[in-house]
Amino acid sequence: MATPDSKIGPTTRTSRIAAPGRSIHVRLPPFQTLVDAHAQELHRFLIASIGPDGADDALQETFLSALRAYPRLRDATHLRAWLYTIAQHKATDAVRRSIRHRASDIDEVDSRRIAVTPPPSPDDELWSAVRVLPPRQRSAVVHRFVFDLAYREVAERMGVSEEAARQNVSAALRRLRKDVNR
Amino acid sequence: MNELEGRLARPPEKALDGEQLRARLTARATAEGLLDVAYATLDSPIGRLLVAVTRRGLVRVAYPHEGWDPVLTELADRVSPRVLAAPERTDATRRALDAYFDGRLRDFDLPIDWSLVRGFATDVLRATARVPFGDVTTYGEVAAQAGSPRAARAAGNALGSNPIPIVVPCHRVVHADGTLGGYTGGLDRKEFLLRLEGFLPALA
Repeated sequence: MATPDSKIGPTTRTSRIAAPGRSIHVRLPPFQTLVDAHAQELHRFLIASIGPDGADDALQETFLSALRAYPRLRDATHLRAWLYTIAQHKATDAVRRSIRHRASDIDEVDSRRIAVTPPPSPDDELWSAVRVLPPRQRSAVVHRFVFDLAYREVAERMGVSEEAARQNVSAALRRLRKDVNR
Repeated sequence: MNELEGRLARPPEKALDGEQLRARLTARATAEGLLDVAYATLDSPIGRLLVAVTRRGLVRVAYPHEGWDPVLTELADRVSPRVLAAPERTDATRRALDAYFDGRLRDFDLPIDWSLVRGFATDVLRATARVPFGDVTTYGEVAAQAGSPRAARAAGNALGSNPIPIVVPCHRVVHADGTLGGYTGGLDRKEFLLRLEGFLPALA
C-alpha cells in the first residue's frame, strides 16, 4: 500500500516551492557541455548567416541567452535545435542592426566601419543576399548546403517538419537566384 | 549540384577563438548573476583536482578517478545546470590549495557551500572541518560530535562521500586502534596528506 509520502502530487508541489521556475524536473547537462559540443558548429552557422564580422558577438549572445533560459527548460532532448533557434534569432538581430547602421551615414563609427570593409566580390554579393533572406530560409539554406545535411537532418536541427525544411530551402534558392544573378 | 549550390557550400571562413569566447561568456554571465557553478582543474602532488565554487563558496573538490563528467553532471543535477568552466572564479581556492601543498598554509579559510551534503553527513563533516592541521580524530569521535556517539559506521559513510576532500579534512579521521581506515581518494592519498601535515613521519 502506498504511503502518503510516495504520492507524486505533494512531492511535486514541494519541489515547485523549493525551486521556483523549475516546476518539472528535467536532467539538464552541465551548460559547459553544450558550449564544448556546439560552439564550433554554431560559429560556422553564424558566419554563414551574417558574415565573419558579427559572428563572434552573435555566438556569445546566443550562449548568454541560452544560459539565461536554461534552468527553466522543460525538455532536455532537443537542446541542439534549441540552440540553433536562438542563434537564428541572434543572426536576425545582427542583420537588422547592420541594415539600420548602414542607413544612418551620419554616424562616425559606422562610416569608419564601412571604410574598412573590403570591396565586394561575387561571393560577398551572394552571402549578403543570404543574410537578408527571411530567417527560416536563411537557416535552412545554411544547414542544407554549408553543413551538407539531408532534409531530415535540416528539419531536426531547425525543429520543423521535413516538408517545411524542403520548402524553405527551395524558396531561398529561388530568391537567391533572382537577387544574385541580376 | 548547380553553381549556386556549389558556392553556398563554401562560406567565408574564420576560426573560432574558444578561449576568448569562454572568457567573455564567463565575464558576462558573472556580471548578470548567471554563473551558478564555476569550475576549474589544477595540478597537485596527489594528481589533478577539479574544484567547483558557487556564490556561497567551495562546493566540490574531486579526484580524477571520480571522472570529471559524472562530477559535473551531479553538480548540474543537484546545484544548478548553469555550470561553466571559469578558472578566474576559482582563483582563491586554487591559490589556497597550492599554498597548502607547498606547506605554506595550514588552515583553509574558505567559505564552504554544503549543498551536496544532507542530514547527518552535514554534522559529521562540519565536525571534521574543526579538526586542526597536524591532528587526527576517530570515527567514533566525529560521530559523537555530530550528536550520535554510536554511529561511527554512518560517520564513516558520510566521510567516504565527502564532496570537499582535502579542504574538509576527512583524511584526519582514523580508527581508534590507530589504523588509518579508508579514504575517498584512496589510502595512498590519505597517507600523503597525513605526512604532509606531520602526523605521519615524512618518508626518508
